[in-house]
Amino acid sequence: MTEQLLKVNNLCKFFKTSRGMLHAVDDVTFTIDRGKTLGVVGESGCGKSTTGRAILRLLEPTAGQVYFEGEDISALSKRQMRKKRKDMQIIFQDPFSSLNPRKTISQAIMEPMIIHDICETKAERMEKVLELMDVVGLAQRLVNTYPHELDGGRRQRIGIARALALDPKFIVCDEPVSALDVSIQAQILNLMKEIQEERDLTYMFITHDLSVVNHFSDDIAVMYLGKLIEKAPSEELFLHPTHPYTQALLSAIPVPSIRKKRERIILKGEITSPIEPKPICRFANRCMYTMDICTETEPELREISPGHFVACHLCER
Amino acid sequence: MNENMNNTNEFALDMSDLVVEYRTEDGIVQAVNGLDLQIEHGSTLGLVGETGAGKTTAGLSILKLVPSPPGVIVRGSILLDGEDVLKKTEKEMEKIRGKRVSMIFQDPMTSLNPVMTVEDQIAEVIEIHNEGGGKPLEKAREMLEMVGIPGERGREYPHQFSGGMKQRVVIAMALACNPMLLIADEPTTALDVTIQAQVLEMMRKLKEVQNTSMLMITHDLGVVAETCDKVSVIYAGRVVEHGTLEDVFENTLHPYTEGLFNSLPNLDDRKAKLKPIKGLMPDPSNLPAGCVFCPRCNYACEICAEEKPKRLYRNATHYVECHLYNEKNILEGGVIGK
Repeated sequence: MTEQLLKVNNLCKFFKTSRGMLHAVDDVTFTIDRGKTLGVVGESGCGKSTTGRAILRLLEPTAGQVYFEGEDISALSKRQMRKKRKDMQIIFQDPFSSLNPRKTISQAIMEPMIIHDICETKAERMEKVLELMDVVGLAQRLVNTYPHELDGGRRQRIGIARALALDPKFIVCDEPVSALDVSIQAQILNLMKEIQEERDLTYMFITHDLSVVNHFSDDIAVMYLGKLIEKAPSEELFLHPTHPYTQALLSAIPVPSIRKKRERIILKGEITSPIEPKPICRFANRCMYTMDICTETEPELREISPGHFVACHLCER
Repeated sequence: MNENMNNTNEFALDMSDLVVEYRTEDGIVQAVNGLDLQIEHGSTLGLVGETGAGKTTAGLSILKLVPSPPGVIVRGSILLDGEDVLKKTEKEMEKIRGKRVSMIFQDPMTSLNPVMTVEDQIAEVIEIHNEGGGKPLEKAREMLEMVGIPGERGREYPHQFSGGMKQRVVIAMALACNPMLLIADEPTTALDVTIQAQVLEMMRKLKEVQNTSMLMITHDLGVVAETCDKVSVIYAGRVVEHGTLEDVFENTLHPYTEGLFNSLPNLDDRKAKLKPIKGLMPDPSNLPAGCVFCPRCNYACEICAEEKPKRLYRNATHYVECHLYNEKNILEGGVIGK
């Protein structure tokens, strides 16, 4: 009984620069089912955060459609979109810069409720704030403290409470634990998982940390230079990584064990420029299996086994 | 290249009972509280801990770079190949920094001079320490080649380099004078995983060629497993557990070390629930009277809140500071099951 909550169709986001068009997100297509988590991984500059923002229209997409519960939200007016955001929220990476330093915790959590006119009286709102603080594990005595008095883990809990304040159905989590220490990271991941189960939330979980994404997601999408290059259920992706980039990425994870030594693929070179990319495979110059065709045409995303999509010329034979 | 081989002392670095405080208006912050670190020549020690554990302060103390005021090195000794750094004058320290000991900082974006070409920056170090017999620029280009950057790119400025390449330049600079000890403070934290793999691999090779000893400061147990020979786990400015990789990874003794392992998602069992360490790091200006880890420990008993635990050895290389152990049970491999 799965139901599609979000469908992204040929989403593009280009930025104009002095040296030409920067293709931050280029023709990305995927779906997320209700109550599931899609992990989006890739290195800095691959367009994963831009994808998240373009879905919420915090950045206006250059082309493509986003369907939320079957409705094309890319066609909505600004005003209608603002209403829609009640159902679609975001948690930002850096809990240090995403909170207003002059607002107390209760003001920060209450703000979205005021904007969307939830709850009639102030007392009702306050009650809801306290309830949310309880949900995310913030002690009630902290209700009148300011962000600078709190550590990173607690600030991230405020970010989560704010996102939950409007009872959304879908949350884009943009590297929510990257700025935190491992012991705190585990606390926040567990919290987010509990909340998801309780509220039947759908997450798009953006991260560069592959061990976190494997733990947290049902499906994983791998991005490289603005392109979606592989998407599969988490288990399948880790068992049978097919795109050479995914293979290299997985082999590069440092494993905290001294028994398991694995064959490491060290990639040569670095990510190339996303400005005016040629219509060829964007990974070709770093790939260990490059063939002639790779520098001639761009590979298409195709399904190689149920639910497993890959964009690589190696899989086309 | 092998001048590092003929050292008379066993240890490249022998730090004992180091205490560093930051004396601020709001009180005394006890950053490092009796830290012992030892690195044998040519080997790598991992210093693992969370934000605020005192890792960076420990690294800076070795070079006497702790900002003062407010930082004060209260007591202890830091022997570099037998010589006590803390007894050196500022003038003598200038000769040690960059030559005998160099440091790589976490953020390559801020540790390079934006208005100097890359080769000039590397040559500067060589010139100051009179290395390479008069042709610093040539040596600088050699160093660049060694870290995998074409020598002719030396004429470019840092902003023309990517993050991974900037970190290579910083490493080239640090290794230019063939130091005895390299302090690497989270050298790959700001880099992407594939670039991290490249840089770690390169550091491992260079270290072998030059026989440099290394202090690898990190929070990532995966990086430790890949690069280090021994590990010291640091919590609130003290080493709570120390041993070889095998000791610490396979026979974990301290509840904090166990907590660090349990906090990491397991790649092979994705359904396993994470078991985070409860609570937060104690405020270093107000440390608990007994064991510093006591308020967060699942195994804490009465004595833990009152008395500081003593150091106990499981074998010649592996020690722990925890009340769970006595002379007898520690030999049986400890109380914590993995």
